[in-house]
Amino acid sequence: MFTNRLVKLIVPITLLCVLGISSLIGCTPDHPMSTFDAKGPVAERQLSLFMMILWIATAVFVVVGGGLLYTIIRFRDKGDGFKPEQTHGNTKLEITWTVIPSIMLAVVAVPTVISQFYISSPPDGEDIRINVDANQWWWEIEYPESGVVTANEIHVPVGKAVGVYLTSPDVLHSFWVPKLAGKMDIVPGKTTYMWFQADEVGNYHGQCAEFCGESHAYMRFRVIVDTEEDFAIWQQSQLADAKTPDSDQEKQGATLFITKGCIACHSIKGVPAAAGIIGPDLTHVGSRGTLAAGIMDMTEQNLSDWLEDPNKSKPGNIMSKQGIAYTNEAMALTSGDISNLVAYLRALK
Amino acid sequence: MASIASAFSRPKYPVGIWNWATTIDHKKIGALYGITAFIFFLIGGLEALIMRAQLARPEHAMVTPEVFSQLFTMHALTMIFLGVMPLSAAFFNLIVPLMIGARDVAFPRLNAFSYWVYLFGAILLQSGWLLGGSPNSGWFAYAPLTATSFSPGSGMEFYAVGLGVLGVSSLAAAFNFIVTIINMRAPGMTLMRMPVFIWMTLITSFLLVTAFPVITVGLVELYFDRVFDFNFFNTQAGADPILWQHLFWVFGHPEVYILILPAMGIVSEVLPTFSKKPLFGYPVVVLSGITIGFMGWAVWSHHMFTVGMGPVTNSVFALTTMFIAVPTGVKIFNWIATMWGGSISMTTSMLFSIGFIFMFIIGGLSGVMHSIAPSDAQQQDTYFIVAHLHYVLFGGSILAVFSGIYYWFPKATGKLLNESIGKIHFWLTIVGFNIAFFPMHFLGMDGMPRRQATYAADMGWDLWNMVSTIGAFMIALSTLVFMHNFFRSLKKGEPSGGDPWDGRTLEWAIPSPPPEYNFVTIPTVTARDHFWEEKQLNINTPSDALEEEDGHGIHMPSPSYIPLVTALGLAVFGYGLIYSFAMAGVGAFVTVVGIYAWAMEPATAPED
Repeated sequence: MFTNRLVKLIVPITLLCVLGISSLIGCTPDHPMSTFDAKGPVAERQLSLFMMILWIATAVFVVVGGGLLYTIIRFRDKGDGFKPEQTHGNTKLEITWTVIPSIMLAVVAVPTVISQFYISSPPDGEDIRINVDANQWWWEIEYPESGVVTANEIHVPVGKAVGVYLTSPDVLHSFWVPKLAGKMDIVPGKTTYMWFQADEVGNYHGQCAEFCGESHAYMRFRVIVDTEEDFAIWQQSQLADAKTPDSDQEKQGATLFITKGCIACHSIKGVPAAAGIIGPDLTHVGSRGTLAAGIMDMTEQNLSDWLEDPNKSKPGNIMSKQGIAYTNEAMALTSGDISNLVAYLRALK
Repeated sequence: MASIASAFSRPKYPVGIWNWATTIDHKKIGALYGITAFIFFLIGGLEALIMRAQLARPEHAMVTPEVFSQLFTMHALTMIFLGVMPLSAAFFNLIVPLMIGARDVAFPRLNAFSYWVYLFGAILLQSGWLLGGSPNSGWFAYAPLTATSFSPGSGMEFYAVGLGVLGVSSLAAAFNFIVTIINMRAPGMTLMRMPVFIWMTLITSFLLVTAFPVITVGLVELYFDRVFDFNFFNTQAGADPILWQHLFWVFGHPEVYILILPAMGIVSEVLPTFSKKPLFGYPVVVLSGITIGFMGWAVWSHHMFTVGMGPVTNSVFALTTMFIAVPTGVKIFNWIATMWGGSISMTTSMLFSIGFIFMFIIGGLSGVMHSIAPSDAQQQDTYFIVAHLHYVLFGGSILAVFSGIYYWFPKATGKLLNESIGKIHFWLTIVGFNIAFFPMHFLGMDGMPRRQATYAADMGWDLWNMVSTIGAFMIALSTLVFMHNFFRSLKKGEPSGGDPWDGRTLEWAIPSPPPEYNFVTIPTVTARDHFWEEKQLNINTPSDALEEEDGHGIHMPSPSYIPLVTALGLAVFGYGLIYSFAMAGVGAFVTVVGIYAWAMEPATAPED
């Protein structure tokens, strides 16, 4: 009897301990996409709201769950034929446990509504504007005020309110950089808006967060937060035309870029033949830290692998489906072609 | 036409597959729903296990992203429409007439028709796997990804037609149960003397009737866009894809209450029985259910907090969503108060109902977290949502379904499910479930989006994904334990008698399994828990008294081929909408002829 009861207590208590302990280790702000590592006012506001409700919810769980646990232990059938009183209800109790939760929710409602307005537009206006055009499965970024056009990696100056104007020519996507702000969906046919501010220099991970087709899991991006000076330098270099190829390898690569049909989809400023707008702008692709929408580091090996078989790295991607180097056997890239192209592209800093 | 109908004699199969194919007995239809739904629950579970195996490791390539997208789409569609809803229907069918003191539902042939349409609709929806591709755009199928240009193949036609056909089944059943409950209660059973399970069935049925037309509109528009090049959701022609989201979620949110209210009804019956006390606060629990039914219409855009509706709209829906937690909490408090001061028997059924309360507290609280619209912008579309929805749908609906199975299996079969095996089933389930789904809260807050076929190795998500997969396989094991218990008890379970639990409601006043006509004499009800009151006054209720086999001169409606034939016509019509309008014409013709013959066929054959 005693052992039976102890065993029946041990399992729920262990479960509760496991849940409690794992909740503590579940908080990992050092992970690249953690919402617990807020680095800007929008994410901070969202995190503090979450923490408030987390504590309230934990308290409610402990009180109500504990009450339930206590009840089922105390009022166990003790095998003594006890006939319980057939209580039907208690009006005072009903009113109490309707009013108290309502009051608690009303209290929570106040910071909720205030914060909803706060995150919807920057209180002191925008300092800088970016247009993000989300495509299956990459991000085009335009800085309308300066004229910079790039892809998959956003640079912003630290401590400035960034207004993000989101569009898409194809399907729904969602723009999400957890350490900087909650997400905003991207709706074809209209422009949606969010703002963020990054208060610490760094390299922040982002991902598409609305199912957008086969390569949804491979549609990532970075937000690189620079000091004001570094941002100005970056902006200048991005506005410049592409670096002209130096070595023989790079020159070969430049030619292959045209003859192998890359220009059908990609632009390179300063190369009049390369004016394709279907895929990312590659004018300064060599200056980016990642490639193929944030899924790989920009290394020689990764770029080679990508060019050899884009579909392997990113199933369903459009380059494999439309690029003539991949659809036409006669135009396929040899390993020599690939080395040359890699050299050319990596030099486009 | 009448002469054609009567030229075909009514089916008279005492046993065998044709007996089941032509039955209009609510108890048999309930069994059909239950078995079929459980098979689809297993299929949905298999789809989940494949996904969890794929996600156990980062950058895993066990399945392609295309297959993965079909898996997550079908897992949800299977569990919601082919699993949980029909499991609720199984209980409605088996229990409602017994609990209200009726001999059957108002429209027995319509009841059979509902089941056959469900079966054929389910087969249609699942047949995509074998016929060139299942739906793959998620169970909520957001436009414009569902356009033919982005989702070629017929997968999304299976979606539109499949759900449309299943909608017919749900609507037919809902109308049937509304009429049954309003009109066929035993004399003396006023609305406020009805068991809470009946109330929840009634509210759920009203929600079905009002919500399904909304999604039907959306499905028709989707179908027309894909098949006839219409522009309801074509952004190139100026359409707003958010229209689909509104149509879907105006249906979708009441749908989740359709999924949970029957479960709450089951728990509201199990807890009083095993506490030996009446439900605490009956009128408040009923009112809470009605309130949830109404308020459920005012919250739908909380699924759309991140689509850019603006701060005013977001705030309004945040508030309505927060306040729907109040009637839900009130129910939980009343359930605890029911057990307080009682004498609690920890049968397996009771364990599952108590487990339900614990898991639903967690799921409800994470729901309140989501209702805080600004912070939901971090949680939306992440594993935090996946955690929440599984806590309320599995930790809620499924645990309550198991509670109901252990509770009412004896009534249906005359045998008890084994309690020792049942306890193992329960503990494996609850532990496995928490191991599978609690870590998903962490993954969501750690930035892992949902519906992704894989994830990068340097995100820090490896550990909890692996843990979650282990939990999923534990759930699979627990399900095998249950199936073992089920089949073993069917064969050699301990006989239960009419009233194994010292129950409170009318179904325990008749033998197990009940005779075809349920009650020899329809009882006159004088109180809530009428059967319990009579037992306290030692009034003889002949639950185990020998019943004569001559049927006491009670006329029951006769079996019929027509529901099956008409349903088959509808199924052919459905496939025709996907493949060939000529086929659709044939199917429609069979359906119309079936309905006409149905109208001409008397409910009870003259010779009976």
